[in-house]
Amino acid sequence: MPEMLSLSNDPILFLSLMLAKILAVFIVVILIVAYATYAERKIIGRMQTRLGPTMTGPLGLLQPIADGLKLFFKEDIIPAQSSKLAFLLAPMMILVPAFITVAVIPFGGDVVIKGFAVPLQITDLNIGILYILAMAGLGVYGIVLAGWASNSKYSLLGGIRSAAQVISYELAAGLAIIAVFMLSGTLSLRGIVAAQSGSVLDWYIFSQPLAFCLFVITSLAEINRTPFDLPEAETELVSGFCTEYSSMKYALFFMAEYANMIVVSAITATLFLGGPAGPFAGPINLLLKVFFFMFLFIWIRATFPRVRYDQLMFMGWKVFLPLALLNIVITGAVVVFL
Amino acid sequence: MSQAVVAKLREAFSADVLDVKEYRGEVTVTVKKEEIVAICQFLKDEAGYNFLCDLCGVDYLGQQPRFMVVYNLYNITTKERLRVKVPVEEENPRVDTVSTVWSTANWPERECWDLMGISFNNHPDLRRILMAEGWVGHPLRKDYPLQGPDREPYQGRLS
Amino acid sequence: MAKKETMTINMGPQHPSTHGVLQLVLELDGETVVNAVPHIGFLHRGVEKLAENRSYHRALPLTDRLDYLAPMSNNLGYVLTVEKLLGITDQIPERAKVVRVMMAELTRIKSHLVWLATHALDIGAMTVFLYCFREREQIMDMYEKLSGARMTSNYFRVGGLSLDLPEGFVDDVTSFIDDMPGHLDTYEGLLTGNKIWQKRTVGVAPISAEDAIDIGLTGPALRGSGVDWDLRRDNPYSGYEDYDFEVITRDGCDTFDRYKNRLDEMRESCKIIRQAVDKLQPGPILADVPDVCLPPKKDVVNSIEGLIHQFKIITEGFKPEPGEVYQGVEAPKGELGYYMISDGSANPFRMKIRPPSFVNLQALPKMVEGKLLADVIAAIGTLDIVLGEIDR
Repeated sequence: MPEMLSLSNDPILFLSLMLAKILAVFIVVILIVAYATYAERKIIGRMQTRLGPTMTGPLGLLQPIADGLKLFFKEDIIPAQSSKLAFLLAPMMILVPAFITVAVIPFGGDVVIKGFAVPLQITDLNIGILYILAMAGLGVYGIVLAGWASNSKYSLLGGIRSAAQVISYELAAGLAIIAVFMLSGTLSLRGIVAAQSGSVLDWYIFSQPLAFCLFVITSLAEINRTPFDLPEAETELVSGFCTEYSSMKYALFFMAEYANMIVVSAITATLFLGGPAGPFAGPINLLLKVFFFMFLFIWIRATFPRVRYDQLMFMGWKVFLPLALLNIVITGAVVVFL
Repeated sequence: MSQAVVAKLREAFSADVLDVKEYRGEVTVTVKKEEIVAICQFLKDEAGYNFLCDLCGVDYLGQQPRFMVVYNLYNITTKERLRVKVPVEEENPRVDTVSTVWSTANWPERECWDLMGISFNNHPDLRRILMAEGWVGHPLRKDYPLQGPDREPYQGRLS
Repeated sequence: MAKKETMTINMGPQHPSTHGVLQLVLELDGETVVNAVPHIGFLHRGVEKLAENRSYHRALPLTDRLDYLAPMSNNLGYVLTVEKLLGITDQIPERAKVVRVMMAELTRIKSHLVWLATHALDIGAMTVFLYCFREREQIMDMYEKLSGARMTSNYFRVGGLSLDLPEGFVDDVTSFIDDMPGHLDTYEGLLTGNKIWQKRTVGVAPISAEDAIDIGLTGPALRGSGVDWDLRRDNPYSGYEDYDFEVITRDGCDTFDRYKNRLDEMRESCKIIRQAVDKLQPGPILADVPDVCLPPKKDVVNSIEGLIHQFKIITEGFKPEPGEVYQGVEAPKGELGYYMISDGSANPFRMKIRPPSFVNLQALPKMVEGKLLADVIAAIGTLDIVLGEIDR
C-alpha cells in the first residue's frame, strides 16, 4: 500500500496535482452545464414532438455557445431602484456554492503517481455531508437576495417562496441522509463510497430505498426544478427572483440551476449508488449516473405540472419530514438490534 | 309563450308598459324607465327570466327620446327570450341600475355608460371600462365622429 | 398585533399568463388574494362603431377579429343574425347549413385546444401545450384550404357560404376526427390522473350554480356548475336539431370539472362532425335571394348582367326592413349573441355583440378572492377568455 500523497511528503507534486484536479473538475462541470441546456432542449423537444435546436452548427451543437455569446453581449441593466451591491452579489452567491460543493465528491478510486496514492477527489473532508448541506443552505441566500435587491414585487414573492421552500426541504433532505451515515458510520463521502464498495447489493439504494426517494424528491425542491419551480414560476411570477436580471447575470442564474442539478445528481449517486463504482473507469461511472439523474429531472419537467405553494409546504412538513424521521427510527432499530 | 308573460306584465304594471311588439318571433316590451327595477324584479321572480343575456344602449339621434336601454332576458327553464326596452331622454340620461337584480348587469352597465353616456343610479362601480380613464365623450353616440375627436374626417370611402 | 399590510401587484397587461392584455390589480396578503380588480379595454377597436359605418357584407370581416381563436363561430353568429333580420333563415340551402355546422364544430375543437394548451401551460404542464398545438395546426391547415386564411377566415356569407368545399376537404376532416379521440386520450393520460394536476384543479375557483347564473356565466363554465343549458340543443340554429349529441354537464363547480367538460365536448364535436360529413349532399351553397347574395363568379366574368348584379351588391349593399333581432349561438366560450337593429338603410343601425368572455370574466373576482395567487392563474385559464372579444 503506497503512502497517501499530502502537503508534507511532496508539496510541489501535491499542489500541482490539486490544481490539475480542480481545473479538470471545473472544466467538466462547466461543459456539462453548457451542454445540459442543449440536452434539455433536445430531450424535451423530442418528448414534445419538436426538434429542439438544429440551426446552430451540426445538430445545433453550437447552440449553448451562441446563447452564451448572445447573453454576454446583451445590455446589462441594473434597475435604478435596486440595491446595487446586493443586486450584483446575488448571482455570484448562487453560482459559487454550487461549484464548490463539487470539491468533496469522489470521482474514482486512488491512482498511484510517483509512488504516492492520489485520491480522485479534490478534498476529502471528514464532515463532507455537513459541508454539502451547508453549501446548499448558502445557495438560497443568493435567491433571497436577488428577490429582495431587485425591488420588484414579483422578485420579492419569488425570493420569499424560495426561502420557505428551501428551509422546509433542507430539513427533510438532511434527515433522509442521516439514515445513510447511520449505516456507514462516517460523514466523509470517501468513507461512504468505501462502505458501498462490495457488490452492487451493498449500494444504499437497496438498504435505504425510502431515504433514496425522499432525497431525490427533496433535492428537486431544493434546486427549484419542476414540479417545485415555484420561485421562478413563470406563469405566476413572470420569472420570479430573476425577473429584473439581464445579460450575463441572468446567465449566471441559469448556470447555477444546471450546476445545482449536476451537484445533486452527483451527491445522490455518491450516497446511494456507490459513487464511482461500476463496470467502467471511476469517473465515467460517476458521469453515467449523473447523466441518468439529469435525464430523470428533465423527464419530470416535461411531464408534471407545478404544485401550489401551500401544497408544497404541506408535503414538506407533513409528509416528507415524518417519513424521514420514521426512516431514521427504523434504521436505528435495525442497526442496534440486528 | 312570451305573450302570456306580457299579459301578466300588463296586468301588474298597466301604467308602465308603453308598447309591445313582435318581430321575427321576438317579443319586445317598452316600459317606463322609472319602474325598470321593479319590472325586472317581477320578470325574474314571477316569470322566471333568471338570466340577463345582454344590456346595451341605443342612440336614436334626432328622435325623442333620444336613447333606449335594451335588456335581453332569457329564461333558462323554458328557454325563452324576452326583450325589454326603456326610453331615456337626452336631458337626463340616467336609469336605475338592475345590477341588484342580476349581478351580470354590472359590466354591461359600465360599458353602456362608457360608450353611450347613459349613467346608472346606485351602480356599485360606475367607471369607464373599455375606454381609457379620463376619456372625453362617448364613442358609440351617433354624433361622435368615427375618426375620433379632433381629426380630419377620413377622405376615402367607408361603405 | 401589528397592522397587517397588504401588497398590491399589477398582473398584466404584460404578463405571461393573462392571455392577452388583461390587467388584474391584485391586493395580496402574503400570497392570499384579498381583492382582485380586472381592468380591460387595452384591445378596444370599436368594432360596434365600425360596423355601424359599413354595409352588412363588409361588417362581416370585423367579426373574425372578435374571438380570434374561433373566427367561424363569430361569423356564424353574425350571418345568422343578418339572415334573421332579412327573414331568409329558412331559405338557406341544406349544404350550406351542414358545412356551417361542420366548421363551427371544428372551430370549437380548435378553440378548446388552445384553451387546454394554455391552461395546462399556466399550471406548469408544458408538454400538453405542444401536443394541442400540433392538432390545432391541422385545423388551421383545413381553414387555409377552405378560406385561404388561417385565422381570419371570413368564410360564411349572408345567405350561405363564400366558396364550395375544395377537393379532398372532406377526407381531411374525416381523417382528423378519426384521430382526434385518440389524441384526447393522450392529453387525458398526461393530466386527468396526474395527482399534481388534480391537486391544482379540484376545488379550485369554485362557483355555485346560482352564482353562475346570477353573474351570467355561459358555455362550458356554466355547465361545469351543473346547469344543463346549451343553445345548440335548447334554441337550435343552422339545423342543430337534426344532430344527435349530448350536452356535457358536471356539477363539481370547480376547475377540474370544467376541464373534463371541455374535453368531453371535443369528443361530442367529433360526433357532430361525423354526422355532418354523412349528411353532406351536393347542392347550392348560396340562398336564391338575388337582392342579398352575390352572383357566382362565373356569371360576373361572363355576363354584363352578372357584373351589374355584383356591382350593385358590393357598392350599395342590401337594405333589410326596419326591425331588431337578437340571435345567440353556442360559441366555444359560451353564448355569443348579436343584437342588431336595422333602420332600413344598408348599414346596421346598431350592432351590439354579447361576447361570452366579457361576461364570464366578471366572475373572476368572485372565484379568486381568499384564494392563493397560483389559483388566480388557474381561474383565468378555466374561464377561457380571449381579450379580442372582451375589448371588441
